Amino acid sequence: MTLWNRLMCSARRRSPWLFHMNSGSCNGCDIELVAALTPRYDAEQLGVLLHGSPRHADILCVTGPVTRSSAGPVRTVYDQVCAPKAVVAIGSCPASTNAFIDSRVVVGPLNRHVPVDVFVPGCPPRPDAIVQGIAAAVEILARRGAAAPQAQQPAAHETPPKAQGVRP
Amino acid sequence: MNLLIALARLLIFPGVLFAVPFAWLYLWIERKAVAAMQGRIGPPFPQPFWDFVKLLGKSTPPRSGIDGLLMRAWPLIAASSAAGAVGLLPVLPSSGGFQGDLILLLALMELPAICVIAAGFTSRSIFAEIGSAREAVLTVSYNIVFLLAIVSIAASQHTFRLESLAQLPATPLRYLAVIGILLCIPAKLHINPFSLPNAEQEIYAGPLTEYAGPELALWELAHGLEWVAATGLAATLAVPHVGAGWLAALFFVGLSMAIVLLLSVLAAATARIAIDTTVRFYWQCTLIFAVLAVSSALLWRVRS
Repeated sequence: MTLWNRLMCSARRRSPWLFHMNSGSCNGCDIELVAALTPRYDAEQLGVLLHGSPRHADILCVTGPVTRSSAGPVRTVYDQVCAPKAVVAIGSCPASTNAFIDSRVVVGPLNRHVPVDVFVPGCPPRPDAIVQGIAAAVEILARRGAAAPQAQQPAAHETPPKAQGVRP
Repeated sequence: MNLLIALARLLIFPGVLFAVPFAWLYLWIERKAVAAMQGRIGPPFPQPFWDFVKLLGKSTPPRSGIDGLLMRAWPLIAASSAAGAVGLLPVLPSSGGFQGDLILLLALMELPAICVIAAGFTSRSIFAEIGSAREAVLTVSYNIVFLLAIVSIAASQHTFRLESLAQLPATPLRYLAVIGILLCIPAKLHINPFSLPNAEQEIYAGPLTEYAGPELALWELAHGLEWVAATGLAATLAVPHVGAGWLAALFFVGLSMAIVLLLSVLAAATARIAIDTTVRFYWQCTLIFAVLAVSSALLWRVRS
């Protein structure tokens, strides 16, 4: 590995920028994601910043069970995030649609629409579990960035080979 | 100013070689100070540097034609003009300069704001366009005060040469003008309470919503260089040159950092204010400073 690649690898590890997307969540997980950035948990120590535009982000954080009207936007936002990128599914809803299973307006779980790298289970998950999930996604991001450019990203609508879980 | 000195100022001190690391340092100080004010630990030391390197390694969405060309050109122009502005600052005593370099400095400091406005409209995102419109209004509102404050110093001393301005002794008029400049810097740097052009989450990311990868990295760098230029201008005007070169440089860095800290504390302590309140603040409240400074400068001229 050349010096530049090593530098890039450690930069990717130290500077994860997030974009938060709500795909029909009850707001419980959204509040916990914000709590992860507040003084008690302070995710900015890991270089984490919540950004306003998906174009700026490295990690897409999705909450909610993916409702029929949000499935399209989820795919659009996923495509707007520039490579290398990772997806973190926050809460039980994007993993299994949770309490909304069998609802006719829910078309989840999330990995039917975009490839998910890390699941953070919980209803809602604790902020420290979310921070742990982001830290796991950062490692995936660094590995993916170091890989060859053509193998950088699984195409959308394809399930990833293996998703990682975070113990709550 | 001979060519060698000009090149050394542009590329070494206070130009690129000094300004780029200090841009990252000031951005880090700002984030760290805001975190400290909020009771957090904040980002680790070289965070803006890691952000910059990471952004260089990201891909950009494919853009073709004149739009793509312009989207790449704006951040480049912004970063280079901000670096040029830093290079013009009269940090070291007797470091050269030319008649009218103050006007060039003001133009170079204004260019990044114009690039941001143009970039927002070029990207054709509705959020970027809202951000650009806000930036344009903000520029119009603070620039009257900013320019009047600087003109008052220049008019009282009969010169547009930065070198001579920096060497003159401190007078009450000068401090009046420096306060006027300090009041405009938060709006120039888009920090709270004047963060409405890039209002995070409110209008996504403002004029830079569509930017990604290396282009965004250049914007971040341009923003850092704007910090160095704006705080540096206030620092050089606030304290007249004292003693040897290294002492002047040390004074410059120390004072700039103090201003950065002051601005960060202001940013952490205030919330974003609306566009009409911003314009009213600059055109009604702050204008008094500028008018006072200009009128006393004219009186000074009549007396001397």
